[in-house]
Amino acid sequence: MSYHFGALSGSVSHSIQEPHPNSKSKVIHNTSYRKNLFVRSAAITTFALGSLPAWAEMKLNLVEPVSPLTKSVYDLHMITSWLAFWIMVVVIGLVGYAMIKFRKSKNYQADQTFHENSFGRWSWLLVPVIVLGIDLSIAGKANNTFDQVEDIGTADVTVKVTGSQWKWTYDYIEDDIRLISSIKKKEDAGDEYLRSVDEPLVLPVNQRIRFLHTATDVLHAWWVPAIAVKKDSIPGYINETWTVIEREGLYTGQCAENCGTGHAYMPIQVAAVSADAYQSWMAEKKSKKQAEIALASSDKIWTVEEMSAKGEEVYNTFCSACHQPGGEGLAPVFPALKGSPIATGDIAAHLNIVINGKQGTAMSAWGAQLSDLQIAAVVTYERNAFGNNVGDVVQPSDIKAARK
Amino acid sequence: MSTVAAHHDDDHHHAPPAGMKRWLFSTNHKDIGTMYLIFSLIMLFLGGGMAMLIRAELYMPGLQLLEPDLYNNMVTNHALIMVFGVVMPAAAGMANWMIPLMIGAPDMALPRLNNLSFWLLPAGATLLIMSVLAPFFGGGAPVNTGWTLYPPLSIQAGMSMDLLIFTLHVLGISSILASINIITTIINMRAPGMTMMKMPLFVWAWFFTAVLLIIVMPALAGGVTMLLFDRHFGTSFFDAAGGGDPVLFQHLFWFFGHPEVYVLLLPSIGVMGVVIPTFSRKPLFGYKSLVWGMVVLTILGCVVWAHHQYTIGMSVFATKYFMIGTILISIPVGLMIFNFVFTMWRGAMTFETPMLFSIAIIIMFSFAGATGVMLAVVPADLQYHDTYFVVAHFHYALIPGALFGLYAGVFYWLPKWTGHMYNEKLGKIFFWWTTIAFNVTFFPQHFSGLAGMPRRIVDYGVQFQEFNVISSIGGFAFGLSHLLFLYIIIQTVRGGKKAPAMPWEGAQIGTSGLEWTVSSPPPHHTFTTPPTVK
Repeated sequence: MSYHFGALSGSVSHSIQEPHPNSKSKVIHNTSYRKNLFVRSAAITTFALGSLPAWAEMKLNLVEPVSPLTKSVYDLHMITSWLAFWIMVVVIGLVGYAMIKFRKSKNYQADQTFHENSFGRWSWLLVPVIVLGIDLSIAGKANNTFDQVEDIGTADVTVKVTGSQWKWTYDYIEDDIRLISSIKKKEDAGDEYLRSVDEPLVLPVNQRIRFLHTATDVLHAWWVPAIAVKKDSIPGYINETWTVIEREGLYTGQCAENCGTGHAYMPIQVAAVSADAYQSWMAEKKSKKQAEIALASSDKIWTVEEMSAKGEEVYNTFCSACHQPGGEGLAPVFPALKGSPIATGDIAAHLNIVINGKQGTAMSAWGAQLSDLQIAAVVTYERNAFGNNVGDVVQPSDIKAARK
Repeated sequence: MSTVAAHHDDDHHHAPPAGMKRWLFSTNHKDIGTMYLIFSLIMLFLGGGMAMLIRAELYMPGLQLLEPDLYNNMVTNHALIMVFGVVMPAAAGMANWMIPLMIGAPDMALPRLNNLSFWLLPAGATLLIMSVLAPFFGGGAPVNTGWTLYPPLSIQAGMSMDLLIFTLHVLGISSILASINIITTIINMRAPGMTMMKMPLFVWAWFFTAVLLIIVMPALAGGVTMLLFDRHFGTSFFDAAGGGDPVLFQHLFWFFGHPEVYVLLLPSIGVMGVVIPTFSRKPLFGYKSLVWGMVVLTILGCVVWAHHQYTIGMSVFATKYFMIGTILISIPVGLMIFNFVFTMWRGAMTFETPMLFSIAIIIMFSFAGATGVMLAVVPADLQYHDTYFVVAHFHYALIPGALFGLYAGVFYWLPKWTGHMYNEKLGKIFFWWTTIAFNVTFFPQHFSGLAGMPRRIVDYGVQFQEFNVISSIGGFAFGLSHLLFLYIIIQTVRGGKKAPAMPWEGAQIGTSGLEWTVSSPPPHHTFTTPPTVK
């Protein structure tokens, strides 16, 4: 098979075929972080499911870590994995020996007093002592790694990661820049479908990054296993994680906490680039934002075509996850916009539901999140797309008035 | 422990009432036990059918059979049916049948309560099925949360969520009533001379199960009731925007949910505690330490719930406490496995179907314990959490640990219940078929989880396809094997070789109970005059 299991686990090479425009990353050779003898041998010996060479191509272990924290976690994982392996060797060894040796068909006579001899009387103490010793040594190691997890430190870059049904919003706190990241459509993504996004999170390598996790609607969990451990995104809470990405590349992950209908459709991509590339990317984002603000506050009168074109972008970023790209909605929770009474009816009602949301439903109040221009654009788009063809155009000034 | 019991012939007592009345108004522990077992067998096929749909959907990337919400609805109800509809009723059925026989009681202590606690189950099952069907009849969005029912997602669902809340209320009441009954029976109804420390391990195991249920069920009932109030009566227990806390529900749920795992496991450990000595022809090794191990397990089980929620961002101290508490569970569990292995040690073993299941449980449950320790370690769990690694872990814990233990019990006691020997050859075929299929299904899921596949996703990237193809093939074989199980049971009920009062050579060594002193099948009423245990 042409694709391989390395996609999320260890190798980032699949995604390098399509690097971020500004990333200067090179193709990284896929070197295994550790020889995963345990998992491979366990898989192969337990089940003869395929020929050995085919399986050797597979990644059967945790994703290859690229930050100091995920490397520590990986090492801890390998210790407990080996422990699990040796526990199984001991248990299967004892049970196997007993099954071969102590069987009636071999005329073995049961020892009716075995449980009353000194071993029988004192073994209840033996087992807990041995197990406690193993337990405490694991707990000690885990304790140290956990301190590392919680050692957020002083960040060079702080990113607030907000989960919403079903997209991610990234706020670069220091630079006041916001990205909205949604799944890349099947037509555009091909084999990368469900693991590629329209707008990856761009981060510099070798800088300490702090993530703040929260959510707007239900629980989510932002998880990119190669670079950082996961913490849940919970409405009303802010959780912290951190990372220092040590290697350039495109890292993938996805939402790990069930968030409803679109849970499977919330992939994550992080493009780790050099500090220079990051700076120039950030500068470009900032100037683009300045231009947007200038445009939005200008007195320009927009035509239906201009506004709809702009509105389509806004719609696909913010609205299409629920109302669907074709406006048909997702019954029964998310109503269709195609031919809907609001999108084809009174313009004030339409503006009201977009700006203020609808209480008791999943429709949030977009007034706080979108600019006047964006709202004007998306409303214009909704009134003219999907065969709605109402023909009106909403101007940013109308939004300013409607907000009052 | 030697027991001598006078055999009483109780056949002259009144015969069971005929027709539906016998079952509907039954206060007879054997009839109620039978009804519990039949109910759980029906539910096994319902919950199993849902599992087949899940595996069929996941066989290929893309949406084949189920819409995303319907998929997660199947995931939710598969879990709830298997937990509340299959394992608990089957274990309760065995408790009803065997505890009075083992301790020499004429019946359960509270026979009418016994009738109520059974008949609440079909009522609960009806509500659950209505919850599944409601979305197809305009009842809004289906429950797509998984069995944990976490808000705020569970607030978004339609009326199927309300039906599910009532289902849990009804099933919870049933469990609490059954638990009260079992504890009362064990404490008050033992035959003279049957001291607590002479009771078969199965009775002890159910004692702790019942204690756990009484402790934790109210937390679940409270949690889902608060959910109901948040949904309909304007409260904000779990709504951050109203000053509530979505995480509070998780604590309430897992305060129930973690001990619930032991509720599912302990009866099976009890079954193994009678099956393994029987077929090793040698007394149980470490009886006392097994009983005390269960005491420790019961206590520890109630104070480590938040290891299911490491990712919520608890305080560092709390997280470490839950981690260490969880790792310590390996002590009583390790002791149990050790005692079972050394019961076989220097025994004269034969390998009938119940024994095969028990040995397989020792191995596969040890593996679940080992991955359990891996999951208990917080930093590593922050990677494993909510992936298929967890799915694989708990299916290894619950299918061998709970379900296979019950299968061992079914094969061990079928001769006693029906008066017929089951077909040993078919039993062994079923054992090998189901055990191999189970491993093919769930072993690869450890790897898809490590590779990064989250739980409860209806569609996945192509990098996970091989794992899922193997899992699905194994899953279909696993599901299919249960038709053989059903066939064996029906065949045994309808006829077969007559079973003697003591169908297993080592049975009297296996348990210190009185169940083998009555005929197979036992008369409708047993031990109306208490036997004496020396």
